[in-house]
Amino acid sequence: MTTANTIQDFTDQEYKWGFITEVDEDRIPKGLNEDVVRLISSKKEEPEFMLQWRLKAYRHWVSLERSQSEPKWAHIKYPPIDYQNIVYYSAPKQKPGRTSLDEVDPEILKAYEKLGISLGEQKRLSGVAVDAVFDSVSVATTFKEKLAEKGVIFCSFSEAVRKHPALIEKYLGSVVPYTDNFFATLNAAVFSDGSFVYVPKGVRCPMELSTYFRINAADTGQFERTLIIAEEGASVSYLEGCTAPVRDENQLHAAVVELVALDYAQIKYSTVQNWYPGDKQGKGGIYNFVTKRGKCLGKNSKISWTQVETGSAITWKYPSCILIGDNSIGEFYSVALTNNYQQADTGTKMIHIGKNTRSTVVAKGISAGFGQNTYRGQVKIMKGATGARNYTQCDSLLIGDKCGAHTFPYIEVRNGSAQMEHEASTSKVGEDQIFYLRQRGLSAEEAVSMIINGFCKQVFRELPMEFAVEAQKLLSVSLKGAWGKDGHAGNPQSTREYQSSGDSEGD
Amino acid sequence: MAMLEIRNLHVKIENREILKGLNLKVNAGEVHSIMGPNGSGKSTLAQVLARRESYLVTEGEVLLDGKDLLAMKPEDAACEGVFMAFQYPIEIAGISNAYFLRAALNAVRKYHGRKEMDAMDFLPFYKGKMKLLEVDESFMTRSVNEGFSGGEKKRNEILQMALLEPKLAILDETDSGLDIDALRIVANGVNAMRSPDRATIVITHYQRLLDYIVPDFVHVLVDGRIVKSGGKELALTLEEQGYVGVETEARALAVAV
Repeated sequence: MTTANTIQDFTDQEYKWGFITEVDEDRIPKGLNEDVVRLISSKKEEPEFMLQWRLKAYRHWVSLERSQSEPKWAHIKYPPIDYQNIVYYSAPKQKPGRTSLDEVDPEILKAYEKLGISLGEQKRLSGVAVDAVFDSVSVATTFKEKLAEKGVIFCSFSEAVRKHPALIEKYLGSVVPYTDNFFATLNAAVFSDGSFVYVPKGVRCPMELSTYFRINAADTGQFERTLIIAEEGASVSYLEGCTAPVRDENQLHAAVVELVALDYAQIKYSTVQNWYPGDKQGKGGIYNFVTKRGKCLGKNSKISWTQVETGSAITWKYPSCILIGDNSIGEFYSVALTNNYQQADTGTKMIHIGKNTRSTVVAKGISAGFGQNTYRGQVKIMKGATGARNYTQCDSLLIGDKCGAHTFPYIEVRNGSAQMEHEASTSKVGEDQIFYLRQRGLSAEEAVSMIINGFCKQVFRELPMEFAVEAQKLLSVSLKGAWGKDGHAGNPQSTREYQSSGDSEGD
Repeated sequence: MAMLEIRNLHVKIENREILKGLNLKVNAGEVHSIMGPNGSGKSTLAQVLARRESYLVTEGEVLLDGKDLLAMKPEDAACEGVFMAFQYPIEIAGISNAYFLRAALNAVRKYHGRKEMDAMDFLPFYKGKMKLLEVDESFMTRSVNEGFSGGEKKRNEILQMALLEPKLAILDETDSGLDIDALRIVANGVNAMRSPDRATIVITHYQRLLDYIVPDFVHVLVDGRIVKSGGKELALTLEEQGYVGVETEARALAVAV
């Protein structure tokens, strides 16, 4: 049989973002205790309120750990994480008070160049401002001055803490409190950097903002925190991308994102997540345990999440919207792909509090290889949310017969005027479809790619133009090995089996 | 040299032998019709020529312009000019017909080292073909075969054929599920494609389609072998007498061998 050979050819195409950059890093020893929290805070030259907040979070986390409160309800499996075996701060050494890109280590600039993110003045992606986060710190932010002309603040979180403490004190933890959940609590204690965006009243941010997260150092966890505030009538579109080197050990990435939209404000938040997924046998890869939430605080405000999740060994995230303002809108568009031994438990929460609030959820799960893909979503209509509406659509696509797709929608309605719609489907990429496209001249690979892109179309069209194309390419690369050149799914070398299943549960 | 030469073809699916030594020669410019009762192996022949891999060839050879067709992958056969109009065209959600057709056309062009066609060049090209098949403009923006009626699906197959301009076109029961108007439109499309460089194999149960697409040769396939060949009048004989006559003849022949 040629099946084994062609699949071999396919899977030889490895994760191409897996390189390691040699830079001199300022690392603190492994382990977590109150001194580590103090050390991180002092390294960041933070004001007292920040240190106190971190310490409260740390103490709370210790109690959570003692009572074994790490969440266990998700449909994922992993060995216990040794939180004392992680480096909580690792940053490339740089001159203090760095002011320009010229002072960034050329090795780091090269690394971003290799990732296709140019931080250099001449080659910047026009119309997109980038904040580059390398391990624990932000190394560069582009277009800051141009944005400042409009009053838009776009900088690293650390810089925001130093320069705009009032805004941080007002909004930090206002959407995701430090007590929220085990991983968010850990993040609150030890987060080292991230991005901060503030768009003042009535301003439409003149360009796309984006953060590129890169994990480089070994044994480190990345704990970043992003806070975006859109004042009355403001609007902003923000995109984040992430990659990491190939390593045999699992690495923890526990981030928190908070969004706040005031009256008539709009925030569009897009993610293209491509952390190292582990190898074909499931060794290594990032544990992507992330808490993302947005508050539509003002009337007629809107928050829209779009995510394309192709990387990570495990993805655990539920970007959510709390719809407080009357007539506010929450949206969630997601593509989650699991190949080889990847696992994803992802979805959203839409909490309707204000009147005439509306939410849309479109989730597309793709499972291949031995991947396990779960959609978990909650739609909650509170008593006062008269006239609330929700539309949910979740579709699963299976490639091969050893993967799994699972759907857990939770719907809770406390106001009789609510209108709820829920649609779900599970389908398989059929040999018939592949053959049809191949009979017209497309290769098996092109055929699968076309079918998948068709499946994800509703989500891709929500992405900013430049990134939609990237996302499509990423998806085809991530699926390498899922389908042999001869058009047969499966991995004949392995004996482990999962059953394809579509189960659901609700209350 | 014949464009297509099938010699002693034996094909199995799930351990059951379907084709049991089929021989056929098709020259460029000819239209051949293959008729036969249910289960005689007509669709199997079409699928094997289109290189569907679930069909196992146990014996024999197939040459396309002297090249070993059985060694080709489906996409290579397609690029070499083999086109099959599917009996049951497949739906592809979220991909527009125009996008799909341009991708297919460009795959074939690339294979032959020709420049790929961009959307601007493609537009006037397909518009001409659409007129031929009397299809609406919305055809191109709709997802491939999704929500198409049976007739629309078949017209879409012939539209693809018209765009890809194959060397060897195989129509697998294209008449099934068509009303008389759709049948006429589809047949017009196929007839417009008749050319001295192109060969066509029309697989059908019924003589009806052959009133519109008049074949040069008719072959009767029974139990995995071609038992009788003749001109277009053979189809009429079959229509009158059914397959029973030729089946008996075939059995007698098999005993004699």
